[in-house]
Amino acid sequence: MGKVNMRVYRGNSEGGQLKDYQVEVEEGMVVLDVIHKIQATQSSDLACRWNCKAGKCGSCSAEVNGKPRLMCMTRMNEFKEGETLTITPMKTFPLMKDLATDVSYNYQVNKRIPPFTPREGTDWHWEQEDADRVQEFRKCIECFLCQDTCHVLRDHDKMGKFAGPRFFVRIASLEMHPLDGLDRTALLKDEHGLGYCNITKCCTEVCPESIHITDNAIIPLKERVVDKYYDPLRILWNKVFGGR
Amino acid sequence: MSDNYQTFEYDVLVIGAGGAGLRAAIEASAAGCKTGLVCKSLLGKAHTVMAEGGIAAALATVDSRDSWQQHFCDSMIGGNLGNHWRMAQIHAQQAPDRVRELEKWGAVFDRTSDGKGNINVRHFGGHTYKRLAHVGDRTGLELIRTLQDKGIHSGIEVHMECTIYSLMKDGDRIAGAYGYFRETGRPVLYRAKSIIVSTGGIGKLYFINSNSWECAGDGFGLSYLAGAELADMEYIQFHPTGMVWPPSVRGLLITEGVRGEGGILKNNKGERFMFKYIPPKYQGKYAETEEEANAWFQKVVIEGVKEETVKERKPPELMSRDVVARALWNEIKEGRGTEHGGVYLDIASRRTPEDIKKKLPSMYHQFKQLADVDITKVPMETGPTCHYMMGGVKVDPETQMSNVPGLFAAGECAAGMHGSNRLGGNSLSDLVVFGKLAGEHAAIYAKKLKDFPKIDESKLAGLNKEMNQPFENQGGEVSYKILADLQHIMEKGAGMFREEPTMDQCLKELEGLKERVKKVTAEGNRMFNPGWHVALDLRNMLAVGEAIVRAAKERKESRGGHTRTDFTGYSREFAKKRILIRQKGEKMEVVREDLPQIPAELEKELVDAHLLKPEILKQLRGEA
Repeated sequence: MGKVNMRVYRGNSEGGQLKDYQVEVEEGMVVLDVIHKIQATQSSDLACRWNCKAGKCGSCSAEVNGKPRLMCMTRMNEFKEGETLTITPMKTFPLMKDLATDVSYNYQVNKRIPPFTPREGTDWHWEQEDADRVQEFRKCIECFLCQDTCHVLRDHDKMGKFAGPRFFVRIASLEMHPLDGLDRTALLKDEHGLGYCNITKCCTEVCPESIHITDNAIIPLKERVVDKYYDPLRILWNKVFGGR
Repeated sequence: MSDNYQTFEYDVLVIGAGGAGLRAAIEASAAGCKTGLVCKSLLGKAHTVMAEGGIAAALATVDSRDSWQQHFCDSMIGGNLGNHWRMAQIHAQQAPDRVRELEKWGAVFDRTSDGKGNINVRHFGGHTYKRLAHVGDRTGLELIRTLQDKGIHSGIEVHMECTIYSLMKDGDRIAGAYGYFRETGRPVLYRAKSIIVSTGGIGKLYFINSNSWECAGDGFGLSYLAGAELADMEYIQFHPTGMVWPPSVRGLLITEGVRGEGGILKNNKGERFMFKYIPPKYQGKYAETEEEANAWFQKVVIEGVKEETVKERKPPELMSRDVVARALWNEIKEGRGTEHGGVYLDIASRRTPEDIKKKLPSMYHQFKQLADVDITKVPMETGPTCHYMMGGVKVDPETQMSNVPGLFAAGECAAGMHGSNRLGGNSLSDLVVFGKLAGEHAAIYAKKLKDFPKIDESKLAGLNKEMNQPFENQGGEVSYKILADLQHIMEKGAGMFREEPTMDQCLKELEGLKERVKKVTAEGNRMFNPGWHVALDLRNMLAVGEAIVRAAKERKESRGGHTRTDFTGYSREFAKKRILIRQKGEKMEVVREDLPQIPAELEKELVDAHLLKPEILKQLRGEA
């Protein structure tokens, strides 16, 4: 492929700038390979996270030419010869250094989601078609690209009020688990701010696992919240006959 | 950067947050111990995530003939009797409970289609019956996410992106650990009553490997330097099916599940070669002709006929990994390899595109995206890749404690369970079975201590100096160069095939690297600095490399993942020995020790039940 020009963000919480690197690219390389080559031959202190290099762990998230991507799954032959590639850290999260960001927000949100709680008397026999629905959500590799791209977090800075797409997927995996006995709708509505999402589907577009985040997780969860809290017939029914 | 360190105190400190570490931490915390969990990456990113095919447990949900006894025998035969029998027994007996427990904690395993809605299990190499509970081909992700979500609600304190540089002792017993936070480079001291190392493997010592950067032998190196004995370090698994093309993904794993779902191996002549390589220990258990193998495949895999009613035997592609890897290597060496130096692994001609995408979605994805290959249309190219370390910290089978009081090990960095070769699926079950035991016993040990062991803080200054040295060194090499050389040296000197002269050469070259590491240079500062991190990792890696070569030199026979071209076949002398590595002053000492043997009573019981064959035992013991 010849040489490429890589513009990589170098800096920390106090500031930084894009820095140019000329790198010789070989057949089959992905963006992460090029970053590794820069570390090995030009700048050994260039910070970047990675683990599996196979799209399974979700560590090497960054923005390639402004688009949230896994660097290990972005092939260099996608780009034209002589093109300059710009690699920047995920914008939504506070910068630690270079391409590594502080993603601790995500871990805090997850801690506030009540875990799987089996219904009493469950006999643990259930069918694949029920599992299928949940398994789609459990494919999530926690790369947080959906969190990065979501404008509620990215542009409107609703951290603390809005859990973000990753965690709607997580909650959907629990709520739609046929053996789970908890109801997390109140939590979705209040604490996790599901209402802020206006289903622009940006999260679904960037998901490297092709999870239908909006259609299969967020919209059904929104329907549950609406059914429970905003359905006039339901409210009337509850008033007359009692209920939540 | 200041050498001013932070301090934390835990009853039980777990180093490593893969499957074993998480399971151990959950157990220790449940026992009422204040538990800390340290990991080099973010939580949930450990190498466990890469496990694909499944978790082995004799659940007998599909084949009612399965039993812990059969699982035990399969593991022992797969490990060529190099296993510590008691670990293999505990593993086989407890794995089903650990799998069901995962389901209770939220894991969503694939279900059986017999109307009973049980956990489905699949075939894997060396397992007599269908035995691997799985979630498509992303079982490791399911396991780690389940344990992670359980763990964060279990009162465990997690310290992410923190590397341990040294274990601390109070006299003979463990007292704590010293390391640094990767983000800031700030040192940190953990005082602990007991410590569990669960840091995974050593793949990064080899050039072609399936592992992530984290698998740099930390647990082995840290424990060895703290006085723990290592065992079985010569036994390294080279997985037969790694990607070979393009170069940037060389070594990346192709799940054994491909063969479990019907994939076959062919050379460049189109010959399905595995029939030629059935070793005596597997004769009579695997199909001997293509017709027989195809009939089995059609009935068992495609039509879902109950295997006990099928007279044909399984295809030889499903033999254990050591056997298949050697066969592949031989085909390639004798000139029957593919364009890029592998052999063909063909699932395209065996299953429909829909089935392939459903059963092996991440393989489909991986090849499509990384190699421009559509595995539903053409065969994959595949070759051996360094995958797993069977050896590790020598532990007591019941408690997982090493010879250092208070130091426990679990998972890949503990030795004994897998003998000379691990069966696919036995790793995930190893993690949860022995992770639990380590957590339980580390908690018992910690509770017996009234006070925290003392840490000689005067030693910390020396450690700080060592950690800062790469910044002090002027004009030396960057760590990446030394790492790359180490990988090539190990590949050449102690790879799949070994012999005395190349191993001697390898030891010399490792000595050379030690000198270079003393002068390794890091640029920049201590903040999130990967070049510096690698520079510090090299110390463990060199100790582990030397341990591998010294153990491999000592075992003058071929067994499982240890193949010597100058000592082929099983030896009577070494069959009942295990090789230990320990520190003696500044030197590495190699010791032969008796390997505990299956008790006569149990062996008789298994032979009488036709689960073990006396002639196979004889062969593996070098007595045939």
